[in-house]
Amino acid sequence: MQPPALSDTSMVLCIISLLLNPFAGVGLSLINTGLGRSRSAAHAMLASLCVIAVAAGVYFVWGFAVEGAPGGRAHAIALAGKSWNLLAAESWFFRGLPFDSPFALLAAWFGMMSVALAALIPLGAGADRWRLGACCASTVLLAGVTYPLFAHDVWGGGWLAQLGPNCGLGRGFLDAGGSSAIQAVGGLTALSIAWILGPRRGKYTMEGMPTAIPGHNVVFVLLGCLLVWIGWLGLNSAGAILFAGIDSGRVPLVAVTTTLAAGAAALTAAALTRIRFRKPDASLCANGWVSGLVASSAGCAFITPLSAVVIGIVAGVLVIFSIEWLEARLGVDDPGGSISVHALGGIWGVLSVGLFAQLPSGGSNEPGFALNPGSGQWLAQLVGVATLLGFVLPLTYGLNWLLNRFYRQRVDAEGERQGMDLYELGAGAYPESATHTDEFTLR
Amino acid sequence: MKLIGFLLLVAGWIIVLTAVILLRSAAPRMGFVLAGMGVEILGLVLVFRSHLLRRRD
Repeated sequence: MQPPALSDTSMVLCIISLLLNPFAGVGLSLINTGLGRSRSAAHAMLASLCVIAVAAGVYFVWGFAVEGAPGGRAHAIALAGKSWNLLAAESWFFRGLPFDSPFALLAAWFGMMSVALAALIPLGAGADRWRLGACCASTVLLAGVTYPLFAHDVWGGGWLAQLGPNCGLGRGFLDAGGSSAIQAVGGLTALSIAWILGPRRGKYTMEGMPTAIPGHNVVFVLLGCLLVWIGWLGLNSAGAILFAGIDSGRVPLVAVTTTLAAGAAALTAAALTRIRFRKPDASLCANGWVSGLVASSAGCAFITPLSAVVIGIVAGVLVIFSIEWLEARLGVDDPGGSISVHALGGIWGVLSVGLFAQLPSGGSNEPGFALNPGSGQWLAQLVGVATLLGFVLPLTYGLNWLLNRFYRQRVDAEGERQGMDLYELGAGAYPESATHTDEFTLR
Repeated sequence: MKLIGFLLLVAGWIIVLTAVILLRSAAPRMGFVLAGMGVEILGLVLVFRSHLLRRRD
């Protein structure tokens, strides 16, 4: 199997898109920091920087060797008369990466950006109580095991991508921008971390009722949303060019659907919170915006603008109710909303491809839409969701549970009372002129 | 209960995989895939429930 050929225009567009990609990481870092407490703000930003560094390093050492790229070397097995590609067989340290092949280089660059973004997601769920060393150790597991194993199945020519040719399920599992490989993997890791760490001190009363611990800086959160939007335009465009095989002429459609889904989700969240609480809630609107971006990623190149609006509206509704449900009914303390936004939004994005995607019936670069119902595409997407729940979630929980046995992930009670800044870094994020009331609240 | 939940998640995934890879006709394949997803959802419910019970203790 040869790697896909890229036209010069597609290659230039892909490079520009990848250069926009870090904005998504900057935005997520700001959102996670703003939704946490002021006494852990510097810790949250430093943790973001550290996990990006660790994720990129681990991906360089052996992550890419496991993920690979379409057309690369791989370990395959034969089942039911078909060859199934399980694992890439590339060399460590990017050795053997053909530097004269733009596709392989761009795929490695995209993978490094993606794994860094996925590693930022659990920080939102572990805010205010996740030790810096544990963040980095957990990121090694995410970037070295969980992410590359699943990303190979989706983007490395693995068995999920082969569901089309081998089983006749549409074009196989489709995820252009990473709703599953980045967002759902990061979100399910966030769920595992939230389970393992437990809730923040004072989050629940003795009767089990949740108490509000509002984020300390909603301006950070909303600025993060705008930066995330820029990054997502790059992420979805680059992913669609590299892994969905779209022609450069369809990149404007990617930008339109991405923006419409985010806008629809944010407005839905604003309307719902306005109806329920009499005033729109800024942090929930921000979470709605990001969930729209997340849900748009999988099908961004194959859905109509109207479908993007519907996907965004559903994502906005899902995020509002799931944040409340997780906190109040299921006892999961997720300060950044990472589980609802990234895990649930990502799974909805994957399913939406099966419901709304209008796939070219011929070659992947065929222009125009030719709706191909009954292609089994939605069944391929369902298998992807089953893999996320039945393989990725147990794997990431098991790895982090084992890590917690050897290296306690949660900071001790004194550290949580002092705040992560003072306890782990020795200095606060803000000067004394800008302290916040929660510094003095005994929880 | 948590271990049973995770085992059900994995079992559901294996049912889905087996159905997709081995079955050729559409109706039984669909049935087994939906059954596998049902097992996964049951596993997820058990895992969430065990977490909730542990916290209440």
